[in-house]
Amino acid sequence: MAYSNKVLDHYNNPRNVGSLDKGSQSVGTGIVGAPECGDVMKLQIQVEGDRIVDAKFKTFGCGSAIASSSLATEWLKGKTIDEAMQIKNTQIVEELALPPVKIHCSVLAEDAIKSAIADYKKKQGEAQS
Amino acid sequence: MKLPIYLDYQATTPVDPRVLDAMIPYFTEHFGNAASRSHPFGWEAEAAIEKAREQIAALIGASSKEIVITSGSTEAINLALKGAAEMYAEKGKHVITSQAEHKAVLDTCKHLEKLGCEVTYLQPDKTGRVSVEAVAAALRPDTILVALMWANNEVGTLNPVREIGELCHSKGVLFFSDATQAVGKVPVDVEADHVDLLCVSAHKLYGPKGVGALYVRRKGPRVRLVAQMDGGGHERGMRSGTLNVTGIVGLGKACELARLEMAEEAKRTAALRDRLEQRITSALDFVHLNGNREHRLPNCLNLSFAFVEGESLIMGISKIAVSSGSACTSASLEPSHVLRAMAVGDDLAHSSIRFGIGRFTTEADVDFAAEQVITAVKRLRELSPLYEMAQEGIDIKTVNWQAANH
Repeated sequence: MAYSNKVLDHYNNPRNVGSLDKGSQSVGTGIVGAPECGDVMKLQIQVEGDRIVDAKFKTFGCGSAIASSSLATEWLKGKTIDEAMQIKNTQIVEELALPPVKIHCSVLAEDAIKSAIADYKKKQGEAQS
Repeated sequence: MKLPIYLDYQATTPVDPRVLDAMIPYFTEHFGNAASRSHPFGWEAEAAIEKAREQIAALIGASSKEIVITSGSTEAINLALKGAAEMYAEKGKHVITSQAEHKAVLDTCKHLEKLGCEVTYLQPDKTGRVSVEAVAAALRPDTILVALMWANNEVGTLNPVREIGELCHSKGVLFFSDATQAVGKVPVDVEADHVDLLCVSAHKLYGPKGVGALYVRRKGPRVRLVAQMDGGGHERGMRSGTLNVTGIVGLGKACELARLEMAEEAKRTAALRDRLEQRITSALDFVHLNGNREHRLPNCLNLSFAFVEGESLIMGISKIAVSSGSACTSASLEPSHVLRAMAVGDDLAHSSIRFGIGRFTTEADVDFAAEQVITAVKRLRELSPLYEMAQEGIDIKTVNWQAANH
């Protein structure tokens, strides 16, 4: 399979690899996928006010899955929660020039973003109640 | 060192220069049609083919009259299975095979089912082996054919061919073995091993692509097949079509070299295979051998690297040419059917790599490959949420991924 230069760049130099403290009140964690499907993404955001100040990921998956989650963390940093919710898988497909068989990687990245935000919001709800 | 390093000898092999030398005169100087009986051009081609037939037969303990030339293993498999099913339809319609066979066998069996045959797909054990007991238990009065591979193309596991052959002969059932990966790598003797039909492919043993052969037993029992290709009645009516003289000469020469050099080569490649495995496993944890440590090809090593996905690993080791059982390397998005049949677990199937070692592999190649793999696996595990969980002591098999997703 031929990869786009952008996929190769993210694969060779993944951005924001690592983990944030999942117990922290200001951190939202999303884990999506399953090992038997060949993809698991863990994406975490750190939020101050309503702005994402940091994002980290770890991904088990093909090069396109790694690139999709790496790109997602890049895009998340500096965005507000509402802006982050607007990120669509199709934008990831376009940016990384993913072929049709790899579209599921971008879908997973979008799911990971939404899942991390949901986790963060849940923590805030629990804190208020 | 010339990069990338080729470690995919189960996929194909380069033509041995000695094979190429043998072939070249038959492109230009001796270009005759082997079926031309009226002039020396035809006689020369026919003589070359007869010599090649002898060379092929000698490697597998057959007689040259039992060799039917084909375009390769896939065609030989189609001819053997469809040809036997059609010829012996009166006797029965039951065929036994295994889930770990090559697609050429499995898809041909699917076709037979459409034509009214019943096929039993035996599940191999965790090492990819089908036991003679499993075959015995599946035999029925109407079983006409058992089709089981000699050596598995993905994991290199050898089936107990001789025991299965003896069983089949004692029950009067035909035995076909896809020996594509075995011929030239391990000893094959159709008499001692009680095989009735067996296929060979030239490009897996340093011959050219596009040529192969089907061994068809002539006595004890005499096997008859219905031709699947009609025409001029070549190959004793079993496979019409003008013979690929250059390719057949190449197959013959490749078989001769294999017969003379196999024992030495097997020893050498097995040592390289073990060196590769030892280097990798001494530097990395969570590495699983897929296959059978005792009964296996000397030149195949299939490893799963837990918590790392196969395609991303292949990207990380782009200086070596290998294959993966991962879904992502095929169009189907399904992991290897062989590893699935072996119940390896889909997560490990996704992280499998097949290293194929061959005639032109050196110790330096293997050491370089081991380095590349170790570096890439370590890097990808740094990226892997599953490796992180494993280090935290979480068993990923116990995680409810559905729940974790929400």
